[in-house]
Amino acid sequence: MRVRALFYFFLLCQCLPAYALTQAQLAPLAGEDFDAKLTLIDQLGSRGDPSAKVLLQALTDKTVWIASNGQLLRLEGETYVDAATGAAVAANAEDLQDVVVNNRMQRHLDSALAGLTLFDADPKLRLAAAQALAERGDADLLPTIKKAQAQEQDAKIKSELTQAAALIELATGDAATRKAAVQALADADSPKVRALLADRIAKDTQGKIAEADPEVRLTIERALAAIDRRGVLAGYLARIFSGISLGSVLMLAALGLAITYGLMGVINMAHGEFLMLGAYATYVVQGVFRQHFPAQLDWYLPAALPAAFLAAFLVGVILERTVIRWLYGRPLESLLATWGLSLILIQAVRTFFGPQNVEVANPAWMSGGWEVIPNLILPYNRMVIIGFALAVLVAVWLILTRTRLGLFVRGVTQNRKMADCLGVPTSRVDTLTFGLGAGIAGLGGVALSQIGNVGPELGQAYIVDSFMVVVLGGVGQLAGTVAGGFGLGVVNKFLEPWIGAVLAKIAVLIFIIAFIQKRPQGLFAMKGRQADN
Amino acid sequence: MTQRREFLKRLGVLSAATGLSTLSIPAFAASKDPIKVGVLHSLSGTMAISETALKDVALMTFAEINAAGGLLGRMIEPVVVDPASNWPLFAEKARQLITKDKVAVTFGCWTSVSRKSVLPVYEELNSLLFYPVQYEGEELSQNVFYTGAAPNQQAIPAVEYLLSAEGGGAKRVFLLGTDYVYPRTTNKILRAFLKTKGFADKDIEEVYTPFGHSDYQTIVANIKKFAAGGPTCVVSTINGDSNVPFYKELGNAGLKAKDVPVVAFSVAEQELAGMDTKPLVGHLAAWNYFQSVKSPANTKFVKMWKDYVKKQGLKDFPVTDDPMEATYVGIHMWAQAVKKAGTLEIGAVRTAMAGQTFAAPSGFTLTMDKTNHHLHKPVMIGEIRGDGQLDVVWKTKGPIRAQPWSPYIAGNEKKQSL
Repeated sequence: MRVRALFYFFLLCQCLPAYALTQAQLAPLAGEDFDAKLTLIDQLGSRGDPSAKVLLQALTDKTVWIASNGQLLRLEGETYVDAATGAAVAANAEDLQDVVVNNRMQRHLDSALAGLTLFDADPKLRLAAAQALAERGDADLLPTIKKAQAQEQDAKIKSELTQAAALIELATGDAATRKAAVQALADADSPKVRALLADRIAKDTQGKIAEADPEVRLTIERALAAIDRRGVLAGYLARIFSGISLGSVLMLAALGLAITYGLMGVINMAHGEFLMLGAYATYVVQGVFRQHFPAQLDWYLPAALPAAFLAAFLVGVILERTVIRWLYGRPLESLLATWGLSLILIQAVRTFFGPQNVEVANPAWMSGGWEVIPNLILPYNRMVIIGFALAVLVAVWLILTRTRLGLFVRGVTQNRKMADCLGVPTSRVDTLTFGLGAGIAGLGGVALSQIGNVGPELGQAYIVDSFMVVVLGGVGQLAGTVAGGFGLGVVNKFLEPWIGAVLAKIAVLIFIIAFIQKRPQGLFAMKGRQADN
Repeated sequence: MTQRREFLKRLGVLSAATGLSTLSIPAFAASKDPIKVGVLHSLSGTMAISETALKDVALMTFAEINAAGGLLGRMIEPVVVDPASNWPLFAEKARQLITKDKVAVTFGCWTSVSRKSVLPVYEELNSLLFYPVQYEGEELSQNVFYTGAAPNQQAIPAVEYLLSAEGGGAKRVFLLGTDYVYPRTTNKILRAFLKTKGFADKDIEEVYTPFGHSDYQTIVANIKKFAAGGPTCVVSTINGDSNVPFYKELGNAGLKAKDVPVVAFSVAEQELAGMDTKPLVGHLAAWNYFQSVKSPANTKFVKMWKDYVKKQGLKDFPVTDDPMEATYVGIHMWAQAVKKAGTLEIGAVRTAMAGQTFAAPSGFTLTMDKTNHHLHKPVMIGEIRGDGQLDVVWKTKGPIRAQPWSPYIAGNEKKQSL
């Protein structure tokens, strides 16, 4: 019955000529008066007819233009139509001016559109609309919200609508309504709600408090305390998560170095550049997908993994064969040589790809975040990277402990001469090990491309951190790199809110210097005899 | 003849150096040798990302002037050097340009520290430098023309906009920057400015990160907490490379431009072209020029750059931005001043620069101030679009005069012009 009434209502809207929009009504959109624009948007929102909805949507999509004669046009598909009547209009794109929609107008557009989609058949749209309204209550929409609330069946949407209504009633209702509104809002954790509640009991410049009723004031204070309590918990959880996340990035960046420096003992200053090569490989794969498989673009990242590994592996192998193998056992020379190599690699990339950063996009499935509890959003890209870091770690561990190559690597690093005597092709093992370290760094580069810039200098930002992790953890120990990475990440994230990012970095450096003085072998020392030393 | 020219050149340098700036030497101007001009931008190292495009836009502008018949009947011959993002090397290269290559003028520098490094060289050898980037002010030199914005031509109008009803009516301001001289000075000015607007200290938060900082989780969480206290805006003076991690974190943490707008002073079209712009859409940037400005001068400028990038096969992005426009305007103004002076002699060119006007791509006719060596510039606020361009959402009615000595810093009242 209700549905049918609604249907007739909409039918009526479409038939009534009085509801048709005219250019004159829309004129403020082309004008200078900002308030008039907002009023017009709000009016369009409360009209509730489909043509207004189309226009509001077009404004949100920024497909509304002003023609040279002041007429407002809308782009429908490929053709320009009159924004008011929908009649086709011939227009030259060159002569059109945009209707500028700034953030404030966008907010009004959102609530206007939300008011119009509250009765949509699609529950997803209704939920989005209810959420938009719950974030910013617009007093004019109260009757619409109440109506939607009464007929809404979905519990989640209903609770959002209750919150939206409460937000408005907080300021407008009588004392009893206000109190009920506060109680309805006490469960909401959005910063906006907290700000509004706090505003009600804060003294303004004249020392007046907006909330007159002492009982309501008390309810607000209680609600605020409850929100803050939950906020503290969310804050701690968020800090632990960000620590683990930073730790996983550090570990991923350092894992390759744990092999080239940790196991092989090459002071590899070009390690950062292998990270950079991995990131550029990701960029190239993304380009290939854009060109040839635009439909699968979201899945370019898995395809980038082998490409990044191979690219870095190949460069690593070439460098090992041509330069580094001549410098084993000469740490100072290898430090200088790898530093030179890093400069050469940077400049090569700069010449080939240009000095500017290149754009590597997050796939849609890595954008956004998961709201575990209110105020605690875990970004998808960070979660994916934590998972990826652990996967790479397991893979490296398996290679080193469960494969023949791993056995050789461990044998050669522990006692080169003995391994040689037993017929291990040490020189080939060296090449493969260095390539493996470089390839792992390439994989790290794929992850780094998802959280930061991709440019020729990318590796420079991570080289110091990588050495820090490896040295702190203990050279030659995979477990040390893991502990070093996660330890540094968590310590950093707990220091940062307390003393700021700059001081936190300094404090961590001082801590590491002191620690290495006290315990030069790092967290995890090599056990047993080492014939090489 | 050669000897005589050499002698006159020396005399020119000597007369300039000793301050006999009114002495003009007709024989020098009449010679048909090309006019050498210096281009001092980093083409390698960390700043190459920003400065390479400025070198190219300078070369394009010289080519444009040469195609139109050159200057004083002579061609312009650019001398490009690479100071490699190495600040002391900037001073060395500047000295080399002036004393060895005998350039008539230099266009260059990006970071304030590089400008501070070359400043004594230009003052000692009395040569001219055109500096095209927005900066923190607090400087004025006879030998430098500043074609970028001073703080009152970028930072202050941007914050004023965010405080206005139209810009969202912010009641709390989060000042976020990379830890070096430009953000520190700008934020000092902004804090003093906000105080005059009745802001309490608890409503201003100032946070700095180290260079190359890439983990913004804690800071974004802080912004979120801070924003709970009322309508908030973020003023970002984050240095180029840290911007991507910052905006990505912001987007993923669910902070939208509609709720907490971020205005940036160092994100322009060239930087945006190298970023995934999805998380940036709706955030703001304040500049004196955007590529999306509609004006005949801009149409010409944008087309010229796109053609140039294509024809020369450059790696630069085919988009234009504010520092590029400032470079273009600076070169043209210098050429006009040389024409007016009829000579390359420093003192005469400097005098001719005062009050020089140019119809800039920004759609306004810009004037070089008569006393303070800064351009009068319009201020525009742009909202970032998905395609890496910016929509102008607000702009000043006309160009405004630069205040290199900000009135919001104590002790600046007496230092107004040269």
